[in-house]
Amino acid sequence: MSITVETGDGDRCRLIAAGNMTIYEAAADKQVLLDALDGAKELCVDLSALGRIDTAGLQLLILLKREALKAGKIMRIIAHSRASLEILDGYNVISYFGDPVVIPSG
Amino acid sequence: MNLEHVQQTFLAECRELLREMETGLLQLEKSPDDAEGINAVFRAAHTIKGSSGVFSFDAIVDFTHAMEGLLEEVRSGRIAIDKDLIALLLKCGDHVSSLLDCLAADDTREAFDQDREAGAVLVKKLNGYLDAVPAGLPAVGEPPPDQKLQRFGGGQVTSDSWHISLRFDRDVLRHGIDPLSMVRYLATLGEIVALNALFDAMPEARDMDAESCYLGLEIDFSGNVSKEAIESVFEHVRDACAIRILPPHSRIFDYIELINSLPEDNARLGELLLTSGVLTKRELQEGLRLQQSLDAKTRSGGEHNHKIGEILVGQGVVQNELVDAAVEKQDLIKKNKALENSFIRVRADKLDELINLVGELVIASAGVNLVARRAAHAEMLERASTMERLIAEVRDGALKLRMVPIGETFDRFHRVVRDLGRDLGKEVELVLSGAETELDKSMVEKISDPLMHLVRNAIDHGIEPAAVRAQRGKPASGRLRLNAYHESRGIVIEVMDDGGGLDRDKIMKGAVERGLATAEQALSDQEVFHLIMEPGFSTADEVTSVSGRGVGMDVVRRNVESLRGSVSIDSAPGEGTTIAIRLPLTLAIIDGFVVGVGSAAYVMPLEMVVECMEPSGEDRARIRESGYINLRGEVLPLLRLRDMFEVRGEPGKRENIVVVQYGGQQAGFVVDALMGEFQTVIKPLGKLFERLSGISGSTILGTGEVALILDVQALVQRAVGAEAAREKSAGEYRLLERR
Repeated sequence: MSITVETGDGDRCRLIAAGNMTIYEAAADKQVLLDALDGAKELCVDLSALGRIDTAGLQLLILLKREALKAGKIMRIIAHSRASLEILDGYNVISYFGDPVVIPSG
Repeated sequence: MNLEHVQQTFLAECRELLREMETGLLQLEKSPDDAEGINAVFRAAHTIKGSSGVFSFDAIVDFTHAMEGLLEEVRSGRIAIDKDLIALLLKCGDHVSSLLDCLAADDTREAFDQDREAGAVLVKKLNGYLDAVPAGLPAVGEPPPDQKLQRFGGGQVTSDSWHISLRFDRDVLRHGIDPLSMVRYLATLGEIVALNALFDAMPEARDMDAESCYLGLEIDFSGNVSKEAIESVFEHVRDACAIRILPPHSRIFDYIELINSLPEDNARLGELLLTSGVLTKRELQEGLRLQQSLDAKTRSGGEHNHKIGEILVGQGVVQNELVDAAVEKQDLIKKNKALENSFIRVRADKLDELINLVGELVIASAGVNLVARRAAHAEMLERASTMERLIAEVRDGALKLRMVPIGETFDRFHRVVRDLGRDLGKEVELVLSGAETELDKSMVEKISDPLMHLVRNAIDHGIEPAAVRAQRGKPASGRLRLNAYHESRGIVIEVMDDGGGLDRDKIMKGAVERGLATAEQALSDQEVFHLIMEPGFSTADEVTSVSGRGVGMDVVRRNVESLRGSVSIDSAPGEGTTIAIRLPLTLAIIDGFVVGVGSAAYVMPLEMVVECMEPSGEDRARIRESGYINLRGEVLPLLRLRDMFEVRGEPGKRENIVVVQYGGQQAGFVVDALMGEFQTVIKPLGKLFERLSGISGSTILGTGEVALILDVQALVQRAVGAEAAREKSAGEYRLLERR
């Protein structure tokens, strides 16, 4: 996965994840994601350009959300790709993230 | 456990799955909307991937993963299935099969690399389909026109669903197993009513290993399936996952136990069960209360064996019928399990060994019998005959173990017919009948190649191109029929086409050119058709990739004859050709009938013997001259085995005739003595005697002497042929006389 972090005004941070988020990238991704969360109070994750994502990738998102909640920060997913939406729906965790979801046309 | 053995099982299972996949794909070609067909193909790909993962055959895992991805899209309706896609998937199936071959063989490197390249091309094609799926998001605010995304999450709440608890081991993801794909697979078996993922096992961010799996799943699943079917979904992770499955209408107590046994917080799990609708609030509370009171009773030494269901019924919490229904369902599940367990896989060579031993036993028993008879010891004779009867039963039982229905062999031809029809631009429909007809496994293997040849021939030469068929007023689609049935303890396999039939004149011309016959010879249709089975014969005007090289029919005939069988051809111009292969059911042991000629004994298969008779004095004189007798108004050609085998010495005083039948023709063998039935273990003749006509094998009699087994088929043909020749010359003679 290639992750771009844009620091916006104040403590808001926009994180754009592109490429794949699978077990092969998971170890490296974990650090990048946690670092991004460290440096922000509000993290907006844009997954619209995400390709493949597997269970390992999903775990990272869950971890990120949990850590954000624990630290009293906000973590939102502001856009989903088809693959990311599928896995979130497959594991029925959309409500855990609590983000509005735009369902893409099939 | 022996790893090699397990691998064999794996290979066998994968091959079976590939066959299922092929059948499913061919079915889909006919009815593309068949959801069950797509599911079947998906399941096959998924299972192959899963079990390859267990053995870490990465090449197969990667490849089937790509297939599975595409199939998942097809299943959810995002990719429409069409002929090209089916053709591609069929090729993918072939590729997996060749990967399996590489695994099965020992020296794999080179072939494997080649395969890998071929695989890469296929994967590229598969991904091409995937890329064609409209990806990305529509502009915000634009309402999606058609929402096809399948949701597992929500769904209707029903209480008669299975409850499945899964806690995956840490290493699951590293082994390439994707829990979600199992969920998808489960969704093909029924409906996922509710699914909740639990990540409570995930440790602090610092300790969390991104490659480990911390997933737990609580699934409520409704579907008309057995527990085994659900278990099989998770078969690949059985060792790497804690699985608990509760059947529908399980006792509340079971749920309580489940809640207690899971690592997560009890209250949270209870809530989960409540929200997913498995338990009602009252049931949960009641169950908990009862459990507590039961626990208290147990501690005070009271009766512990009360089933929670009984208590619940007693208190009117659950209606009696409900419990009965649950019990019934559980019984049914147990029965299903018993049924599944009634099959075992056995290595074929173990069976062969058993049958060899039974063969030796049969010979030994014949020896015992003989000794008993010689000693004229009544009691011993009785015991010996009891033993002989039992051994005959053991023999039949052992042989039956190796019997398999021919249907599996037949099914393979769906693909062959489809591919070949496509290559040649012909539309051909394959009709199978008699698929349940059984024959010996060793025969099935050996008959597969000749059958393949016949089928190819029928499509290439037999069935005409659509244009020609239209001219002849036939339906555009050709029809090829494979049929099998039993006939006098043998099996007949027929390959029938409704094509142009054999061209008698063309065959004759070809035969004369090759010096197989002379133009003057007056041959019957049957004889002419048989010429196509001579080595080097071909009537095809052009050599195609499929056939026409003149190697083929002679090989078919040789193969079939080496199995003690025969090939017959029947054809009507413009209507089609039927080629029938007759085979004995087994190659190992038969019931024989022993006759004596001179000092030697000969055996013929008992099922071919119609009757035995003693000719009258005047008949006997005729026999020597004419070579036939009048049997109840029919001409019965005779063959004197004494002359046939050039046995010297005087014939016995009481010559007998054994009437035998083969392929609808009867003949009589003249022998010196009838010696009765005998269980015959067939031993092949050595290489030296391979070409000996009239003898098909040997056996050992109870006395230890060797007896030859008569090749009844060849002998009958010889007798009938001689008779026909005699008739012809007699006819000519009469003609001359008339002039």
